[in-house]
Amino acid sequence: MMDRMYISPAYEVVRDAARCTTCRLCEQQCANGVHAFDVRTGRMTADNGRCVNCHRCVCMCPTHALKIVRSDDVYPENANWDAQTVNEVYRQADSGGVLLSSMGNPKPQPIFWDRLLINASQVTNPSIDPLREPMETRLFLGKRTAKIERDKNGKLKNTLAPGLTLEVPILFSAMSYGSISYNAHACLARAAEELGTYYNTGEGGLHRDFYRYSRNTIVQVASGRFGVFKDYLGKAAAIEIKMGQGAKPGIGGHLPGMKLTADVSETRMIPQGTDAISPAPHHDIYSIEDLRQLVCSLKEATEYRKPVIVKVAAVHNAAAIASGIARSGADIIAIDGYRGGTGAAPTRIRDNVGIPIELALAQVDQRLRDEGIRDEVSLIAGGSIRSSADVVKAIALGADACYIGTAALLALGCHLCRSCHTGLCNWGIATQRPELVARLDPDVGSRRLVNLVTAWKREIQEMMGGMGINSIEALRGNRLMLRGVGLTDRELDILGVRYAGENM
Amino acid sequence: MLKEGAFRNPSGCAIVGVIDRSGRKMTGEGMIEAITVMHDRSNGLGGGFAGYGIYPHYKDFYAFHLFYDGKEARQETEAFLNRYFETVYSSQIQTRKVAGVVDEPLIFRYFLAPLPQKLSRSHLDEREYVARCVNRINAQINGAYVFSSGKDMGIFKGVGYPEDVGRFYRLEEYEGYAWTCHGRYPTNTPGWWGGSHPFGLLDFSVVHNGEISSYDANRRYIEMFGYKCTLHTDTEVITYIIDYLVRRQGLTLTEAAHVIAASFWSTIEGKDADAREQEMLLRRMFPSLLITGPFSVILGYTGGLMALGDRLKLRSTVCAEKGDLAFISSEESAIRRVQPDLDRVYSPAGGEPVIYELYQKGGNA
Repeated sequence: MMDRMYISPAYEVVRDAARCTTCRLCEQQCANGVHAFDVRTGRMTADNGRCVNCHRCVCMCPTHALKIVRSDDVYPENANWDAQTVNEVYRQADSGGVLLSSMGNPKPQPIFWDRLLINASQVTNPSIDPLREPMETRLFLGKRTAKIERDKNGKLKNTLAPGLTLEVPILFSAMSYGSISYNAHACLARAAEELGTYYNTGEGGLHRDFYRYSRNTIVQVASGRFGVFKDYLGKAAAIEIKMGQGAKPGIGGHLPGMKLTADVSETRMIPQGTDAISPAPHHDIYSIEDLRQLVCSLKEATEYRKPVIVKVAAVHNAAAIASGIARSGADIIAIDGYRGGTGAAPTRIRDNVGIPIELALAQVDQRLRDEGIRDEVSLIAGGSIRSSADVVKAIALGADACYIGTAALLALGCHLCRSCHTGLCNWGIATQRPELVARLDPDVGSRRLVNLVTAWKREIQEMMGGMGINSIEALRGNRLMLRGVGLTDRELDILGVRYAGENM
Repeated sequence: MLKEGAFRNPSGCAIVGVIDRSGRKMTGEGMIEAITVMHDRSNGLGGGFAGYGIYPHYKDFYAFHLFYDGKEARQETEAFLNRYFETVYSSQIQTRKVAGVVDEPLIFRYFLAPLPQKLSRSHLDEREYVARCVNRINAQINGAYVFSSGKDMGIFKGVGYPEDVGRFYRLEEYEGYAWTCHGRYPTNTPGWWGGSHPFGLLDFSVVHNGEISSYDANRRYIEMFGYKCTLHTDTEVITYIIDYLVRRQGLTLTEAAHVIAASFWSTIEGKDADAREQEMLLRRMFPSLLITGPFSVILGYTGGLMALGDRLKLRSTVCAEKGDLAFISSEESAIRRVQPDLDRVYSPAGGEPVIYELYQKGGNA
């Protein structure tokens, strides 16, 4: 028996010899070392075993000589023991380690977004043309529990708690400096500013260069408290307490030491080259009353001028958890579904822990309404929102706005190879290697993010107009605008939605 | 077929209202006359009226109008009413047989005063106490439905064309300083009398033409505050929203209008600093009570009428004045029918509230 089991590569690099000019660009572009020039034969070779299928070489090849295909090498066919499952057993028998993965759960569990359909006006009321009429996507996040008080002239006083103003119901979700690159952060910050929305620092602190985007910055306070100090809280529009993340509910973060460069180390305020491991729980929060203390401490530290977001992973009793958070003094709850992305997570946790955002969101919104406390908090849904249609459906289910992470990275070039944890991102996103980071041009990247969100905004406006709704606020929780297909009674019940074809 | 309320029922409609700002009274005849012109805006599946100042002898008592499916519902309801109210006077509402109005339920009227002890023990404001009792009857007593519950006002409604419903209720025998009327064009209805309009809660009555697209957002929000939208109609939710904003939150009617039919952000930004600040604040405080989609409503209340249309003006509203009289209507023709010679006729802008009140209440001439 061999010590290490050979695992045949999942993908093969196919090179069209007639087109290849041996320019060696692929070799230079691949940080994984797949491509090499064979001096003897004068031809390019490929080591398929190193290929993660990030498509960098395919996209860059000037003569389109490359493609990546699924390997047709097969194990004996077995519906129970598929090749990936078998390979994972081999890998763990080799290493004795926990399997690591990146980005969101790729398994074929049901995607409820795709089983929800949106309404449109016909005859009895008119649709509205967003090209000709105002179509409002502006909204506010925060508490809406204002008391009606008047000054001596009878004018209403502003008794609202501080909140966030968004021109579009989409925010960039938390991705730390360290897990993603300096340039990726620059792209997100600049795009957020231009779009009138927010990006989120994640748990890795805030690089001083980005202090100037403070009006569009949400800073995160996670269990490791990396990079948290007075200036950090001061340079934020809102503070997010990260209790959990959809990709890895119940565990902390893990940034491999090789991604902890000097600059990342300074921003995170931990030694260079060490693994940055944030604890599974916050060790000052073992219960809901402890959360309330942290919410209040952060508000105290920022003189009650900033809203506090509490981010939780969607888990089985999400509704009860949200009810507790809504009474904790927090202004906004961010719920992250089990398909949310990550820079590194144990595979088993990513693929098996947590619940879909659609179900969690529907239950949380309904629970907060049943308890009469929906105005205590705004809701942000994330993990995973893939298109403008998902955004519309999320808002109709009850979200105030949506976090996007994976979609934003795709806009920057990510091809979902799910290898962020290796730190060798050929697209310059999930890496700290200067030569790779330099590939992501913040001018280009921020423009692509602005394009993406602008395109989604237009599509949201079209769908709203079709429903005869001209303010995003009249869509929030408007579940009669949704119908289900291919869902059981139980699923419809949990979603609070009727079946397609059922009357109003 | 399901009873109305078990499903959502959008409908098109005709609405008209009149007020004599000097307080002089008129019979319901004029409204019947006016709505007749807009016959084609209804389809015979619902009509109704609200009159203000019609019960001067009982003006200090809540006038409940009830539909009963049968004797048992009546007995159960009267037992309930006796537990919470003193009944000053009660009787069947006088009606006459009219060809176009059939299948009428039992229709009763009660003048009520809350039992003082029960009221004080409830720790509720008197109007809230009454509103909750109305909600309980409508939600819990099978076959009973309170369709009017204000003081010195009354709603009269049924299935049929509105002019027929008006004659059925003998509205020529009632005199009020203000009237509203509604002709209904529902897109599906089993013809339940309670589903007709106006919809009322305490002295608020609402007639509405339109189909709002924000319905479920509004409904799910307002139900947090104890309202139960049992009829699933736009009119019901609009009434509750107005009740919540005006009676419970203490906003003025104009402020409530800035919530319900808020100006677009782009319009608000062009306003002077004071108005801008107030309107932005109202939108931020009550974003889930913004109503989108086509609507034009006439709100009736003690001492006044308010007209309000959606901010895109997707439904017509015409206002007119003649001396002390002020009119609001879906179509000018209905006003001209009863008052051909007018001092002023105009169409309010989308989202612009028009308020006509008795002079004694501070109304403008």
